[in-house]
Amino acid sequence: MSERILLQGVRPLGGAPTDVLIADGVIADLTPAGSPAPPEGVRALDLSGQILLPGLVDLHTHLREPGREDAETVRSGSAAAALGGFTAVHAMANTDPVADTAGVVEQVFRLGQEAGYVDVHPVGAVTLGLGGEQLAELGAMADSAAHVRVFSDDGKCVDDALLMRRALEYVKAFDGVIAQHAQEPRLTVGAQMNEGAVSAILGLRGWPAAAEESIIARDILLTAHVGSRLHVCHVSTAGSVDLIRRAKERGIAVTAEVTPHHLLLTDELARSYDPIYKVNPPLRTDRDVQALRMALADGTIDIVATDHAPHTSEDKDCEWDAAAFGMIGLPTALSVVIDTMVRPGLLDWAGVADRLSAAPAAIGRVPDQGRPIAVGEPANLTAVADDDEWTVDPWAFPGPARNSPYRRMTLPGRVTTTILRGRPTVVAGDLQW
Amino acid sequence: MIPHLLSAADLDHEDAVLVLDTAAEMATLSDRSVKKLPALRGKTVVNLFFEDSTRTRISFEAAAKRLSADVINFSAKGSSVSKGETLKDTALTLQAMGADAVVIRHGSSGAPHRLAEAGWIDGAVVNAGDGTHEHPTQALLDAFTIRRHLRGGEGDLSGLRVTIVGDVLHSRVARSNVHLLDTLGAKVTVVAPPTLLPVGVEEWPVTVSYSLDDPLPESDAVMMLRVQRERMNAAFFPSAREYSRRYGLDQVRMDMLPEHAIVMHPGPMNRGMEIADGVADHDRSVIVEQVANGVSVRMAVLYLLVGGSRQPEPTEVIV
Repeated sequence: MSERILLQGVRPLGGAPTDVLIADGVIADLTPAGSPAPPEGVRALDLSGQILLPGLVDLHTHLREPGREDAETVRSGSAAAALGGFTAVHAMANTDPVADTAGVVEQVFRLGQEAGYVDVHPVGAVTLGLGGEQLAELGAMADSAAHVRVFSDDGKCVDDALLMRRALEYVKAFDGVIAQHAQEPRLTVGAQMNEGAVSAILGLRGWPAAAEESIIARDILLTAHVGSRLHVCHVSTAGSVDLIRRAKERGIAVTAEVTPHHLLLTDELARSYDPIYKVNPPLRTDRDVQALRMALADGTIDIVATDHAPHTSEDKDCEWDAAAFGMIGLPTALSVVIDTMVRPGLLDWAGVADRLSAAPAAIGRVPDQGRPIAVGEPANLTAVADDDEWTVDPWAFPGPARNSPYRRMTLPGRVTTTILRGRPTVVAGDLQW
Repeated sequence: MIPHLLSAADLDHEDAVLVLDTAAEMATLSDRSVKKLPALRGKTVVNLFFEDSTRTRISFEAAAKRLSADVINFSAKGSSVSKGETLKDTALTLQAMGADAVVIRHGSSGAPHRLAEAGWIDGAVVNAGDGTHEHPTQALLDAFTIRRHLRGGEGDLSGLRVTIVGDVLHSRVARSNVHLLDTLGAKVTVVAPPTLLPVGVEEWPVTVSYSLDDPLPESDAVMMLRVQRERMNAAFFPSAREYSRRYGLDQVRMDMLPEHAIVMHPGPMNRGMEIADGVADHDRSVIVEQVANGVSVRMAVLYLLVGGSRQPEPTEVIV
């Protein structure tokens, strides 16, 4: 832990080449690149020309443990996160048993500490067993060793308006936030893909944009009424963007995330009937994709969150409507953001640092992540060779799941180095233990 | 010819007419005492039915047998989620048995695509109805029937006006017919209550009408779709009676059709629901003939996909 490290020639947020000295878990010195040979006992990493970012923070990850260790474990998911440049992830509550008690969230928290690749912050369920009927013990989870601040029934919508109101009110007591999976259940019974021209041809049951937007509209009104904090998970439609933009203009405390896959992929991919493209919410149209990119650029959408959702091949290598929803996204998230936002000029590196690190840390109330790259700040850092391109091979990922929609795609930007509180978790693209 | 028949949209104009012409050759067989061709001798055709459909299975079975293929019927009831064997394992089993063609009926839209494209099998895949997606051989037999009655059994269907009525949203027959009729040059009108039309229908090459009465006087063929009474429980329409009154083909509406127009139904019919008894049995109803034409069309499809010859030699057919 006390190892001293010198990152040579990196460009913090794309700025001038700099040597970054890390000691005792914090950034000890920042000097222009080209400083003399590192002193004895300092490990030097030559990262010339690479972009240095604060360690990435994911507000939306499924680590599957406890319950579906055949798809992912806290350890394997943490490793995938580190390889993707993350230093903190929020683990969603839809495990088995559900993370709806202090006991389960403390277990997940401890498993994260034992793995040690990233900080694992458990998300607590809003309702008991994700049942949508009775509030889980939100206060107990908040007060537990896991310090839960984000609550979500993700995978299911808190569709009961009264229960949602109460949850929003209740979490004010400990500065929590409700992260809503916006999906009106009656409008999406049996739904398989975005409802539109493609679903009409494919004969797959449609998932209307209105099913997402109606819940977002309602929740914005509830949030304004009770003066709480709402976070909207995986926004997928242009209409949702409009609703959130107007809510922000009115000063309502709503934040929102977009997934990498909703920034890049469209429902046209469903024409293959390959369930690798089956996800909740579904891939939408190109018009939605463009609106989401613009919204992330102008800050209407605050953050990128992966919704990393590992599944076994048994749950994916089948007919479309029998397959599970979800795709893995931790190792590819930054590359997709570079591809869709940085290269087209929609976001600079400071913007990337904000949307993938500072802003998610702020929403999740994680104080020691998403910090500026400055002397004295915790050394949670990631370096990316932004000009490198790589071909995605899910078989090389650490976990058992292979359900990446980017398989065989060539993406820009390779994470070479990830450092968690001064300790390298990834060096030269390889896990460190 | 294409390697698989997964969607009626896979057929371009040339292929579609080729299938119909080949089917016409096949139909001449039924007038002979020996109704069999050696074309697929030594080939294995598997009928893989995940849904009950005796009518379609028998039709494919008769077609394959008349071409001298070995036929294996494989009924795998229930889907991969509800019981035992997955589609993948079933496919691998068929591959091991050396199936030259797999005729698949499945409750999941796209299951034939998975079978054809997931790399599980080498044989030709014929979609015999998948979920609410497509049923391309039904569209081919419908086109064959229309061509026989209204185009003298030759060429395409240019300029003909075909009206498709009923539960378009859930109908694989409608989707395949829309593709194929458009390819063959027909003008299609779909008629349904707005609840039973898919969002996105506005991009189809069709005219949409919420009234059945409007297009009838201009229709050369009317195709009635089966409407399940259970749909009213999901609020697609208020009652079976109201549906029947607004969208059923009864004698009064039959009289609005031109003299030459034909009435079609893919079966099985709900008599008294979408079609009145007297209309179903009318002499301008070609519903029974559709069944007979189904065998000829399926022979043509199997012949062209498995027989491997794009242009059938007349001598080969007339044995």
